[in-house]
Amino acid sequence: MTISIDPQKTNDESLQPKGWLRYFSFSLDHKVIGIQYLVCGFLFYLIGGTLASAIRIELASPMSDFMPRDVYNQVLTLHGTIMIFLWIVPVVNGAFGNYLIPFYVGARDMAFPRLNAVAFWLIPPSGLMLVASYFVEGAAQAGWTAYPPLSITTPQSGQIIWILSVLLLGGSSIFGGINFIATIIKLRRPGLKLMQLPMYCWAMLGTSLLVVLSTPVLAGTLILLSFDIVANTGFFNPVLGGNVVVYQHLFWFYSHPAVYIMVLPAFGLVSEILPVHARKPLFGYTTMVFSIMGIVVLGLVVWAHHMFTSGTPPWMRLFFTIATAFIAVPTGIKFFNWVATLWGGKISINSAMLFSCGFIINFVFGGITGVALAQVPFDIHVHDTYFVVAHFHYIVYGGTVFIIFSSIYHWFPKVTGKMLNEKLGILHFIITFIGFNLCFAPQHWLGLNGMPRRVAEYDPQFQFVNQISSLGALLMAISTIPFLINVFLSVRNGKDAGDNPWNALTPEWLTSSPPPVENWEGEAPLVEEPYGYGKEISEQK
Amino acid sequence: MTTLDSSKEIQKNNSEVNETHEDFRMFGLITFLIADGMTFAGFFAAYLTYKAVNPLPDGAIYELELPIPTLNTILLLVSSATFHKAGKALLKDKNTDSQKWLFFTAFLGIIFLICQLFEYFHLPFGLTDNLFASTFYALTGFHGLHVTLGTLMILIIAWQSRINGGRLTSQNMFPLEAVELYWHFVDGIWVILFIILYLL
Repeated sequence: MTISIDPQKTNDESLQPKGWLRYFSFSLDHKVIGIQYLVCGFLFYLIGGTLASAIRIELASPMSDFMPRDVYNQVLTLHGTIMIFLWIVPVVNGAFGNYLIPFYVGARDMAFPRLNAVAFWLIPPSGLMLVASYFVEGAAQAGWTAYPPLSITTPQSGQIIWILSVLLLGGSSIFGGINFIATIIKLRRPGLKLMQLPMYCWAMLGTSLLVVLSTPVLAGTLILLSFDIVANTGFFNPVLGGNVVVYQHLFWFYSHPAVYIMVLPAFGLVSEILPVHARKPLFGYTTMVFSIMGIVVLGLVVWAHHMFTSGTPPWMRLFFTIATAFIAVPTGIKFFNWVATLWGGKISINSAMLFSCGFIINFVFGGITGVALAQVPFDIHVHDTYFVVAHFHYIVYGGTVFIIFSSIYHWFPKVTGKMLNEKLGILHFIITFIGFNLCFAPQHWLGLNGMPRRVAEYDPQFQFVNQISSLGALLMAISTIPFLINVFLSVRNGKDAGDNPWNALTPEWLTSSPPPVENWEGEAPLVEEPYGYGKEISEQK
Repeated sequence: MTTLDSSKEIQKNNSEVNETHEDFRMFGLITFLIADGMTFAGFFAAYLTYKAVNPLPDGAIYELELPIPTLNTILLLVSSATFHKAGKALLKDKNTDSQKWLFFTAFLGIIFLICQLFEYFHLPFGLTDNLFASTFYALTGFHGLHVTLGTLMILIIAWQSRINGGRLTSQNMFPLEAVELYWHFVDGIWVILFIILYLL
């Protein structure tokens, strides 16, 4: 194959396999790659969810009777790593980003289609490698943070496979980030200004900046950690004169921005979904853009709030507390903008809207506990307890995963040309929302009362509340069933959706559903007002 | 860029709106180099922190001999200049000259690597002796990996320029420009590394 930078050429239809086979090929079509990301991520979500169920079964009783303690450690490590690196990051960035960004900027494909395919195909092997490490000599046991010296002293083979897997996934993430930045900055349709882009583009631009600036630091850190494990160096090993706090600084320099890498795209997606189903323009576009960029800048300078108990000097505590509290400002702006978008709108109560509203509720709750956690005295009290677990899951499950489901309900007609069943969708939402809150709200109480996280056994006085939490987890597991039934039934014989079932104005709906290989028959439309609801609708009718 | 030009001609009668765009490959490369630079930034930050807070055991050697690294610095700086020469020559369609400069640049890169290895063999400490030694080998080794990759890429594009009507012509400068930018980046990192590791 010759090297050509013309996306039109790389997407030559004769080069692409046809039908469902193309989803198993090294396809260069951004839409195919987006679906590959989504389905691959969802399979890992099922694996990670099974592991989460195992954790909750274990914690239904105070003793470690369901599985041995070291297996429990492996299960929680795999659960965290799979959910973060193989489900949320690839899906909320890779899947929706690849599918939507070229439409939004008016391009026929991403800037670097081959790099895009490489970025995706790094994921399945590294994910399988990670899962398989359980069957070799036991998976890694040091949690998704892999703090040394624990990660140095636990069995080596599992930890090394974990490091290799995360390095590959980080590489995939960096390639994706480079591609998104180039696509959004350089591949915009002539005449389309930056401030006319749909909000998801801004969210992806901010996220990709964070990916490009912070993921390499994690990669370097993990390389040093692997030297500590296999070559007996002492970078992070206090016995050999090393420094564990340096690892924590470098790790959180990536992993705090990683939280924004997981949640900023969700901010973008919800900003696309709300205006469509409320039939109102997005409130405060400019403030939304600036708050995203504010979160990007602040997100890079707050990492040490994870380390208030690591012997952090007082000036550092002061700085990182203030910086963290500041993040509440841009986040709050976004929250009020979403509420103002809904205010007085003609809201249709459908699954996409319900999941988006669920996101807003859960996310505000998780945000409030986040501000609380930024305060040093409180943080020292609840550090490494279930309060942190509850806060984190309110952000990434109640926040991002709710938006992933909302986006699936919203864009399923675009991808397949078929509608999803609304009744099953609403059932899915109700079970998920109740199950999620039942599972994680009690964990705040557990944490405040001192139940440590990542331990298989606990004080018997916590048993009842833990059982409530496990019941919630059971509901969350059940909630996947109506969703899966819904998707399988609708793909086969769902109601025909037409090209634009939601009467949306963003560019991806201005082509046929499912879209043709090069996105548009003819020229890409110039959408200057992606949220001009109200005005345009009355003109159409 | 030839593909761009031809597609532009095809589109001339139609709308030129969607199908043409500027060359953004260099933009992608710069983004990648920023990411790569962040890896080094992480290493440098770790090294400086160790230097500040982690005392070395008594009798540890952390003074380095300067002659070889100074020679290496000069080698890399000269190689940046010769690479630039290669680009200038290619722009004037002097393909043979350009190729000579490229091979000379690759030669300087190889000499750099040999000097680096020579230094490794004559250092009084090994990888696991103490924290300074580990960090020293990690930093210089990671940089050496970059030089190795860069040298290989220079040899590849020099080979490409051999073939008549091949990829590397004054109409298609991108491979040369990309490797040149990467090479300058690796040189810049070396200068920072030299200052932080050897001089500080």
